[in-house]
Amino acid sequence: MQDNTPHFRRLALLWVVSSIVLTAIVVFVLAPGMPPGNGTVQASGQVVDNTVLLGLSTPVALGVLLCLGYCLIVFRERPGDDPHLEGPAIRGNSSIQMWWLVVTTTLVLFLAAFGSIELLKDGAGGGQGPNPLSVVGNPKSTLQVQVIAQQWQFTYRYPQYGGFETNKLEIPANTTVEFHVTSLDVIHSFWAYQLGVKADANPGQDNIAYVQTKAPMNFAVHCAELCGVWHGYMFDSGKVVPKTEFASWVTQQRKYFSPETHLLTPYRHTYFPAPQRRGG
Amino acid sequence: MMTTATAMPLPARKPLGQRLLGFNLLTALILAVVGYWIGHLIGGAVHAPSIKYYSTEAGYNDISVFLGYLGGVIGFLTGLGFANYPVRRMLGHPPDLPGHAEVNEPGLWKYLRLSTDHKVVSLQYLAGIGIFFFVGGLNAMLIRTELLSPTTHVFGPNQYLTLVGLHGSMMMGMMTSGILGPFANWVVPTMIGTRRMAFPRLEALTFWLLMSAGVVLITTIFFGGFQTGWTGYEPLSDQGTAGFDAYVGFFALVGMSMTLLGLNLMVTIITMRAPGMTWSRLPIFVWAVFATCVLMVIATPMLIAVLLMGAMDRTVQTAFFEPGNGGSAQLYQNLFWFFGHPEVYILAIPGFGIVLELLPVFTRKPLWGYRTGIAGMLGVALLSFFVWQHHLFVSGINADLRPFYMLSTEMISLPTGFTFLCVMGTLWRGRIRLTVPMLFCMGWAFNFLFGGISGVFLSDVPSDVTTHGSFFSMAHFHYTIMGGLVFTFFAAIYYWGPKMTGLKFSERLGKWHFWLLFIAFNSTFGPLFALGFMGMPRRVVTYPLNLQGLNVWVSISAYFIAISMLIFLWNVVQSLVFKREPAEANPWQSKSAEWQLPTPVPAYDFIEWPDIGPDPYPYGEPVEDYSGAPAPVGGAA
Repeated sequence: MQDNTPHFRRLALLWVVSSIVLTAIVVFVLAPGMPPGNGTVQASGQVVDNTVLLGLSTPVALGVLLCLGYCLIVFRERPGDDPHLEGPAIRGNSSIQMWWLVVTTTLVLFLAAFGSIELLKDGAGGGQGPNPLSVVGNPKSTLQVQVIAQQWQFTYRYPQYGGFETNKLEIPANTTVEFHVTSLDVIHSFWAYQLGVKADANPGQDNIAYVQTKAPMNFAVHCAELCGVWHGYMFDSGKVVPKTEFASWVTQQRKYFSPETHLLTPYRHTYFPAPQRRGG
Repeated sequence: MMTTATAMPLPARKPLGQRLLGFNLLTALILAVVGYWIGHLIGGAVHAPSIKYYSTEAGYNDISVFLGYLGGVIGFLTGLGFANYPVRRMLGHPPDLPGHAEVNEPGLWKYLRLSTDHKVVSLQYLAGIGIFFFVGGLNAMLIRTELLSPTTHVFGPNQYLTLVGLHGSMMMGMMTSGILGPFANWVVPTMIGTRRMAFPRLEALTFWLLMSAGVVLITTIFFGGFQTGWTGYEPLSDQGTAGFDAYVGFFALVGMSMTLLGLNLMVTIITMRAPGMTWSRLPIFVWAVFATCVLMVIATPMLIAVLLMGAMDRTVQTAFFEPGNGGSAQLYQNLFWFFGHPEVYILAIPGFGIVLELLPVFTRKPLWGYRTGIAGMLGVALLSFFVWQHHLFVSGINADLRPFYMLSTEMISLPTGFTFLCVMGTLWRGRIRLTVPMLFCMGWAFNFLFGGISGVFLSDVPSDVTTHGSFFSMAHFHYTIMGGLVFTFFAAIYYWGPKMTGLKFSERLGKWHFWLLFIAFNSTFGPLFALGFMGMPRRVVTYPLNLQGLNVWVSISAYFIAISMLIFLWNVVQSLVFKREPAEANPWQSKSAEWQLPTPVPAYDFIEWPDIGPDPYPYGEPVEDYSGAPAPVGGAA
C-alpha cells in the first residue's frame, strides 16, 4: 500500500501555526508572571531569562509533541488491519539528522551565550564565592550586609555601621547590596525569593551575592539547603525600605545593640566555629 | 528455528528439613546476625574510650556499627555460599556449583539461594528491587501525607526528614540497577549470543550485595534515622548518629554492587559476543547497557571512595570533610556530585535503550538512525562527567567556571535530542501497535521531554538562582527518573516479563495501570514545577499557607499513583499465582534473539543460537522512494 499523503508538510504546517500562536501566548501572557517578579534588577534579569527559555522551549516541545501525537493518531494500526503488514524500512535520513544537529546546536550555543551574558552582567543574584567576577555598582555606595546562617536561623551584620548584629533584615531601596553569606555550622542556603538572591552559606567560606534594589517591598527568606531537623522552620522575612527610613532604622538598631556589639567577634568574612566532637 | 535443549532429568528433591540446612537465605540471615554481633563486639573492644563518637546511643560507637555491618554482610554472603568455591579450591577439592538441572527445579526454592544462572538472577533482581521500590514508594506516600498540611501534623521533623532520606536513598540506590539488574542480565547474554555472563558468581554477588545494602539502609530506623537526605552533605552528616552510619554502609554496598554489575556486563559485551555479532550488529539496548556500564565502572568507585572518607571521619578521626578541623565541606559536594551526576545518567540511559529497542517491534519498522541513537547514548555518557558543578551553581565554589558548566550542561541536550529524533523517526509512517509496553514507551517520550526542558531552566544560571534547591528541581528529576526510568522499567516488565516468567500478564489491567499512572504522575509532578517557581524549597516539613491548595492537589494525585501501583501488583499476583496462563513464545512478533527461544526458556537457554541474521531490526518492507539508502548490513544511520 503506497501512502502518498503529504504527512510531513501537514505536520510542519501544523507546527508552524501552533508554535506561533502558543509561543505568543506563552511569552506575552505567561512569562510576565514568571518568578521571581520584578522587585530588583537581578530578579528582573531572571524573569528575562525565564521568558527567553520559555519562548524557545515552547516550539521545541510543541514540535516533538505534535510529531508524537501525529504519528500515534495517523500511523496507528487499527482494528481490522492486516496484522502482517509492516512499515516501510526507512533507516534514517542524513539530511534530517544533519539539520536536527545544526538546529539544536545553534539553540544550545545561543542559550549558553545568552545565559553567560546575563550572568556576567550583574551576577544574577547568585552566590559568586569570595572573589566575585561580576562586581555590580559603585563600591563606595554599596551597602554590605553579612548573612550569618546557623542552625536554624539567619542573623545579619552591617559592617559599615559598626558591625552590629540583628535578626531583622532591612535594606534600602535603589541601592546595590553586597551580601556576604557564610555559616557557623553546616551548609545552609540564603534564599531571598523576591530579591532573586540565592547563595549557599558554607562554613568557613565567604559567598558574595549582589542585588540592586528598586522600590520598597517585603520579601521572604528561606533556607534552601537541607540543614538538619528544623530546616523546614528556617525562614524569616525582610524589607526593602526607602533610604531615609533605612537610615533612621540602622541608626536606631546600632544604638539599640551597642551594649552587645563590642562583645561580638570582630567583623570578619568567616567565623570558624570551635572544633567539635573530637577526642582527647 | 533453533533446537530446544533436551530435558535433563531432575534430581530427586530432598525433604524440606534437609534443604533448609544447606547454604540458603535462611542460613544467610542467621549468619548475618551472628556476623553483626561479632563485628559489634570487636568494635566495642577496639574503640578508644576517650573519643566521643557520633553515635549517641548507649553501648554503640561508630566503629562497632561499621564493623557490625561488615560482619553482617560477610556472614550473609557466607551463609549464601559465596565462600564455598574459593574455600573448596584452596583445600584442593573440585568446585561445587549448583548444576543447570537445579535451574529447572520447579517452585520458588531456587530463588532463595545463590544461583549463577542469569535467568534466575534476573528474576531475583526483579523481585528484590521490586520490594524496595514499593517500600520507597510507601515512603513517598508518607511524605505526601505529611505535606497535606502546612505545619507538622503526622510526623515530627525528624521522622519526616528520615522518610525523605529513605525515599531518596532507596530509589537512587536500589533503582539504579532497576533495568540493568533484571533485564540486562536476562537479555544481554541472549542478544549477543552467549548462555551466561562473563562472571556468573560475580553476577550473583551483585544481587546479594544490593539486597544486603537495602537491609542495612532499613536498619537506620533502629538508630534514629538520618536527617541529611540522600545527598548526605557534610558537615550536616557529622551531626548524624549511628543512623547515618547505616546510610554510609548502604551506599558503599550499593556502589560495590553497581561497579561489579557494570564491570560484569561490560566484559560480557566485549568478550562474549557470538562469532559474527560485530559491534555494528548489536541491538541498541546492548549499546545502552554498554554506555551505562562505562559510567558505572568509572563514576561509582568515586562514591565508594567518598563514603570511605566519610566513614574514616566518623571512626578513625580523620577530618576530610570537617571545616572546623581544617577539612572541606565543599570537597564532599564536589566528590559526591562527580559520582552523582553520572549516576542520574546511569538511571536514564538504560531507559533510552529500552525505548529504542521496543519501538521497532511495535512500529514494525527498523530503528531509525541506529548510529545516531548510539552516538546519543555514548555522548550523554561522555558529557555527564563534565557537568557535575551545576549542582553547585550558587554554592560559591568555582563561581568563575559557571559559564563553562552552563555550556556543558546544555550540551547534554544535544545527544539526548538524538534519542528523541530516533524515536520520532521510528514512529514516522510505522504500523504503530499501542500495546502496554508501547504505551509506556510513549509515556517516557512525553515525560522525558518535560524533564529535559525543565533541565534547561536549571542549567541556565540566572534561572537556576530561583529554581535551585526548590520543588522545581525536585519536579525536574522526578520527571526524568520516575517519568523516564520507571516508565521504561514498566515497559520492560510488560515486554520481557512473559518471556522471563513464562506467564501472561493481563493486557486490560496493564492499560489501566498505564493510564492511571501516566495521568496521576503528571498531575503529581506537574504542579511541583509551579510550587518551586512560587518559592517552596525542597525537604521542608512546613510551607507557606498560600501553597496549601497545590500541595493538597499533589498529595491526592500521588495517592492515585499508589493506586496504579496496586493495580500493577494485582496484575502480577493474578498472573503468577492465580491465572498462571502460559505465555506464547513470541507474542509481540519480535525478531530479536531472545524472543526466538521457546517459552518457558530451557535451563540451558539454547543449543544453537537462533539465526537472526546481520541486521538487528529486520522489520519493514523494502522501499525505494525514500531518500534513505537501501538497508546496509547492520542498519547504518
